[in-house]
Amino acid sequence: MSKILIRGAKVLGGAPQDVLIDGETVEAVGTGLPAEGAEVVEADGKVLLPGLVDLHTHLREPGREDSETVLTGTRAAASGGFTAVFAMANTFPVADTAGVVEQVWRLGREHGYCDVRPIGAVTVGLEGQKLAELGAMHESAAGVTVFSDDGKCVHDAVIMRRALEYVKAFDGVVAQHAQEPRLTEGAQMNEGVVSAELGLGGWPAVAEESIIARDVLLADHVGSRVHICHLSTAGSVEIVRWAKSRGIRVTAEVTPHHLLLTDELVRTYNPVYKVNPPLRTERDVMALREALADGTIDIVATDHAPHPHEDKDCEWAAAAMGMVGLETALSVVQETMVDTGLLDWAGVADRMSARPAQIGQATGHGRPVSAGEPANLILVDTAYRGPVDPAGFASRSRNTPYQGRELPGRVTHTWLRGKATLVDGKLT
Amino acid sequence: MDKQASDARPVLEGPDIARVLTRIAHEIVERAKGADDVVLLGIPTRGVHLAQRLADKLEQITERKVPCGSLDITMYRDDLRMHPPRALARTEIPGDDIDGKLVVLVDDVLFSGRTIRAALDALNDIGRPRAVQLAVLVDRGHRELPIRADYVGKNLPTSLRETVKVQLAEEDGRDTVLLGAKPAAR
Amino acid sequence: MQRHLISAADLTRDDAVLILDTAEEMARVADRPIKKLPTLRGRTVVNLFFEDSTRTRISFEAAEKRLSADVINFTAKGSSVSKGESLKDTAQTLEAMGVDAVVIRHGASGAPYTLANSGWIDAAVINAGDGTHQHPTQALLDAFTMRRRLVGRDTGIGQDLSGKRITLVGDVLHSRVARSNVDLLHTLGAEVTLVAPPTLLPVGVGTWPCEVSYDLDSVLPKSDAVMMLRVQRERMNAAFFPTEREYSRRYGLDGDRMARLPEHAIVMHPGPMVRGMEITADVADSDRCTAIEQVANGVSIRMAVLYLLLGGNEPAVTPTRTEEK
Repeated sequence: MSKILIRGAKVLGGAPQDVLIDGETVEAVGTGLPAEGAEVVEADGKVLLPGLVDLHTHLREPGREDSETVLTGTRAAASGGFTAVFAMANTFPVADTAGVVEQVWRLGREHGYCDVRPIGAVTVGLEGQKLAELGAMHESAAGVTVFSDDGKCVHDAVIMRRALEYVKAFDGVVAQHAQEPRLTEGAQMNEGVVSAELGLGGWPAVAEESIIARDVLLADHVGSRVHICHLSTAGSVEIVRWAKSRGIRVTAEVTPHHLLLTDELVRTYNPVYKVNPPLRTERDVMALREALADGTIDIVATDHAPHPHEDKDCEWAAAAMGMVGLETALSVVQETMVDTGLLDWAGVADRMSARPAQIGQATGHGRPVSAGEPANLILVDTAYRGPVDPAGFASRSRNTPYQGRELPGRVTHTWLRGKATLVDGKLT
Repeated sequence: MDKQASDARPVLEGPDIARVLTRIAHEIVERAKGADDVVLLGIPTRGVHLAQRLADKLEQITERKVPCGSLDITMYRDDLRMHPPRALARTEIPGDDIDGKLVVLVDDVLFSGRTIRAALDALNDIGRPRAVQLAVLVDRGHRELPIRADYVGKNLPTSLRETVKVQLAEEDGRDTVLLGAKPAAR
Repeated sequence: MQRHLISAADLTRDDAVLILDTAEEMARVADRPIKKLPTLRGRTVVNLFFEDSTRTRISFEAAEKRLSADVINFTAKGSSVSKGESLKDTAQTLEAMGVDAVVIRHGASGAPYTLANSGWIDAAVINAGDGTHQHPTQALLDAFTMRRRLVGRDTGIGQDLSGKRITLVGDVLHSRVARSNVDLLHTLGAEVTLVAPPTLLPVGVGTWPCEVSYDLDSVLPKSDAVMMLRVQRERMNAAFFPTEREYSRRYGLDGDRMARLPEHAIVMHPGPMVRGMEITADVADSDRCTAIEQVANGVSIRMAVLYLLLGGNEPAVTPTRTEEK
């Protein structure tokens, strides 16, 4: 593979520097690096970050190829600046066996747009009753390290305890979708002022918070680590903050949409705003931003959830839950965290690359931008600002809540181990 | 509106209106042979007030109370689809019904005749009068339907570019009939 | 007025009074030998019912027929129609047949809103009850009944319900009738109090323009009208209250409780009544109970709404109170 010289890039938002890639590796970082023999990419003051890592993506394959495939999903990922994504287990069949996780992993490798790290189901069929073969999935070619029943909560306390204990044997982590099922029967949106008015079934904050509280205590008790998916309420932030202060090994993620949108949008009854956990209140949004800034929440994860048009072009109650997010994640984070002064670009690299890679043990990802490291890099035009146009998405689905909304920032280049997957905003 | 009103010229003043109503009342008594079975139905808004005044005059002449009510024709109009829906006015049929009675419809201005056509349709849904007659304060011509008035206060030849506005004390604070020019189309 | 009637909250005070006044004239048609008006001749109205409600459907149907509209009844319940895209497909099918208005009853909150705003159809949409969201014509007929009884049939014309004290009792949480009534009664100047066990009040009720009480006996003497909401027995199984007997004892209206009401006060019920649960038979059958009247008034109100939305080339223009006559 040839050499690439990225000239004048603000590495992690700092002073402009050159970055020289040789083959799959970063050869040098500095100023005035020689261009001989290298393809030159003029960064023109764009920000250079390590490739983003998404700990929470739904690629839908196998089973729901009408909404997304590993190919379209990883193209969307590359387009959004991701070099590694963790694919959730709620496919058809469920990724609860070594066979399914290996298939997904292999498809990711074949397409080559983005590393795909399958997440294994915690319980058979996501049914919350019987542990899946966690060890077999770990030992498979896919090398699963993250386990989750996402979409469903591991609500049985005993099953959760056993899972937390069991994965310690191979340093795995359980990612919990915190949703107390009885408290959320018929839930359609955040329970509060807006749900009372709209007559939509409420999804109370306490249904999330009570599970998080239980699980951090369980993790403490059995000495395991636990990861909380898509944390969405101010109360959850308080619990995680308390747990961390006690030394409990808990990590947490927040989605871009929970950093920006509130349940007021549901007044339109537009199912594009229907998501699980639901959009919360302004107060929650502000608490989540603050927690992401101070590190209480470790990472941003997209919960990219593609759905075909017909599943969103209907009445609210019948609509599917979820939003696509891979191609807008960085823009939303810039809007809510960087442009508000809560986080600098080094902080973004930490929350969207280094920490998620660490939590999920995505070797070779989330590394510093320095000589000898794998060349997983992206360039971001942070001065750009424009409306979101889903027609241009690489994802097979268009269920974005940001259609037409003006957002800052655009990923122009993505390199996966030195190979360009996105050049000038176009997939290769 | 105000400008138009100030440009308009009165063609009937209060005393004129009183006089023609008295004449119409006498004509009704004469033609209805004592007005025993007459029921007056005014068409809202101003026709109702005119009907009441006629009823008072008939009572003076015949020394009997003459039944008087109102007939709203809004829902029977043929131009409903050309405007937003209008607020409805009251339909008040005096006595039990109008079957076998002589109904005298009362309106302020007779113009295209479409209002009266609507009134005849409305009457049809209410009962079967012995006969229907029409009394109007002003007939300004330009009929679009084969309809004529039985009692006319004043025949007023007009151009289509003119407007006729009846004002009555009960509604407008004074009695007058104004002839004005239509405001230029915008 | 807006082109659709989705929520009672969309109505201004003047819109609402215009509808009540119009309904008062419509009511008189029922006393005539020919109970029919030609007003909506040539207009097609479809009653699109995804949920069983014979009462509401026949009320709309009677109103539509009295206004000479062509009526198509479409009852999706029990047919092969499932959830989801069926609403869109069905709506577009009806649109292709050239309907002017869709009266929709749907189990999902917001379905009429979506139908009106999705771009699927051009027809006017009238909400005949959606999930636990809204039932605006019910609130209008309730307000009409109150105005007739508490203000007067003729003296009520042009009037709202300023200062009237209205108490709603029962399952507010699951009640679209309660939501619509709170919105409309507030718009019309009434003072509303909700009485229910806390389990049957929504989280967030504190922001509604009304008072909340858990004590029926203390509220009754200060009520001009008390509206008993239906309480489904199945709620008991979801632990909203312990037993039917306990519910009736604390929140049901019996003869003794009715005696606490002021002399002039009325008892209302949107029907169908669960006798012995929220209301005893003697109260339901007393002459203070307006349940039957409400049914009759429903036809007048629906005629008024249909006329004001469909009778012209656009929805009725509501006269503002400041405008000179």
